[in-house]
Amino acid sequence: MTKREIILEVKDLQTSFFTDDGVIPSVDYVDFHVKEGEILGIVGESGCGKSVTSLSIMGLVPSPPGKITNGQILFRGKDLTKFSEKEMRKVRGNDIAMIFQEPMTSLNPLFTIGNQLMEAITLHKKGWSRKQVKARAIEMLKLVGLPRAEELMKDYPHQLSGGMRQRVMIAMALVCDPKVLIADEPTTALDVTIQAQILKLMRELNERLHTAVILITHDLGVVAETCERVVVMYAGKVVEEGTVDTIFNNPQHPYTKGLIASVPDMRFKKQRLYSIPGNVPKPGTIPNGCRFAARCESVFGRCTVENPSLYETSDNHKTRCFLYDEKGVGVNDKTAATS
Amino acid sequence: MTKPLLQVEGLKKYFPIHSGVLAKQSGYVKAVDDVSFHVNEGETLGIVGESGCGKSTTGRMLMRLLEPTEGKVTFDGKELTSISNSEMRKARREIQMVFQDPYASLNPRHTVEKILMEPLKVHNIGDAKSRKKKVYDFLEIVGLSSYHAKRYPHQFSGGQRQRIGIARALMTNPKLIIADEPVSALDVSIQAQVLNLMQDLQKELKLTYIFIAHDLGVVRHISDRVGVMYLGRMAELATSESLYAEPFHPYTKALLSAVPVPDPGHQREQIILEGDIPSPSNPPTGCTFHTRCPYKMKACTSVVPKLEEVKPGHFVACHLYNELVQH
Repeated sequence: MTKREIILEVKDLQTSFFTDDGVIPSVDYVDFHVKEGEILGIVGESGCGKSVTSLSIMGLVPSPPGKITNGQILFRGKDLTKFSEKEMRKVRGNDIAMIFQEPMTSLNPLFTIGNQLMEAITLHKKGWSRKQVKARAIEMLKLVGLPRAEELMKDYPHQLSGGMRQRVMIAMALVCDPKVLIADEPTTALDVTIQAQILKLMRELNERLHTAVILITHDLGVVAETCERVVVMYAGKVVEEGTVDTIFNNPQHPYTKGLIASVPDMRFKKQRLYSIPGNVPKPGTIPNGCRFAARCESVFGRCTVENPSLYETSDNHKTRCFLYDEKGVGVNDKTAATS
Repeated sequence: MTKPLLQVEGLKKYFPIHSGVLAKQSGYVKAVDDVSFHVNEGETLGIVGESGCGKSTTGRMLMRLLEPTEGKVTFDGKELTSISNSEMRKARREIQMVFQDPYASLNPRHTVEKILMEPLKVHNIGDAKSRKKKVYDFLEIVGLSSYHAKRYPHQFSGGQRQRIGIARALMTNPKLIIADEPVSALDVSIQAQVLNLMQDLQKELKLTYIFIAHDLGVVRHISDRVGVMYLGRMAELATSESLYAEPFHPYTKALLSAVPVPDPGHQREQIILEGDIPSPSNPPTGCTFHTRCPYKMKACTSVVPKLEEVKPGHFVACHLYNELVQH
């Protein structure tokens, strides 16, 4: 396989929320990267910081109370955290685009599909004639597999089904050929058969247009089926990172193992599901040491005192767990020291 | 032989549609259209389907939270569909429900103790002292502690709230629990905890469950038998082993193949259905699935297929398995 270049790199990202109860870091020293044309999955349960990470990349963290308090987000070597709002507006849509979970709330109910699609194009393609813009909009609707594209331009969002709305959102995100597409739970609100259609579409578009995709989801099945590499997050930190095969066949972090074992499998009946005891720690009440220690089966003395760093256990496989300390070399010890 | 605890025959729910200035009735939404099944004592019947298939409406009609348009529901020898409202209220002591949203189904202004005490008061069970003891006992049974009794719902996490919802359903010692998407709002690791709890309680208290969900993996895990619904009708009904190993109905096949499996090495032929689920206010004629079915025949557009036994204990409503129609 040809070596692909890193297109987006997140380095030591910390996004905090300034609340009445103090400063709460929701994303805490997160590192990962996306290569050109790759599909990267970010998995984790609610509150693990996966959505805040994606909003940070887009510069869309509601501020106040949120703020990026540390780190860099490098898109082709340029640090997005240093960009002004005006510069960011050029990045959004042109370079990095995003689709959201709720296709109903992401579309304006008062405007037609055509109107909203054409607005997106006009904003980014200055100097295009109305005719050109319209032709591009129809072309995009056809690209995402929507039938009768011309008539659809005159329809309002409520006239479309959930699956069709999500297709429109994808079309809108792709109008300017972005290099990276962030999809935040794109199929969570959809039924299984519609989810299969949308995931297939995303894989096809990724192959055809070579857009890198960051797929954020809580569904391990979706990740296994769609992604090449996976980042597992827990309580604001990356706990494991690897190719999809290593994560599912050779998970190392006790959290990843527990998460995979918790999923009921459709292919065979498990006698009893494994369940991780306890709950995800609430932001602001994060304990000292490893954040998973309180729920971990393999916990030992060191876990509650020190912060584990992300250890490289083999090629392209990193785990934030002391169990792998001797086997690997800490790749970013400074994270542990500073947080 | 286990005897059926609940028998449902020809259950229908048509919601009228009103339109125009005078709100004249212009049609029906056929939310549930001629559904029959039974549940044996001590088993779990899973009902799966996508949104709008009528699975929740069916669940609500069994408790008469919604009045059925037509059909018969017999519970423990008593016909629920013909008794008066006050008798029905008494019968609900034996049938309880667990709801999807643990945030919306608990009154935020009541303490847990008050929430759990309510069913005992409504059904006039015990005195103040024994009620209190029962509340504490059931909190322990569902994995919470008696000191939680004085707290309010907002002080609990989603998983804990669902445990309170389950405890509330258990207060009156019911025989049948109808659980409508009890774990779909929960994270995977919490979902596993709640599923395990429900299985333990079933064994301990000899409960019968109707488990309504859209997640096929969860349904397989917990159910003995599974019914698959599509647009208000039962498409297939079989033991969970038989259904997942050898689905007959084209819809079930597509549905099973569409579920993402958490194993990157998993090979399978994915059947991707074209189009969306049609609107239940204007359902297709004949077999409601014919607009999306890859094996559509002539008969499918006009004749409604009946749910027939194609293998012992395995029922399918599809003309492909009905030789009379095929030839």
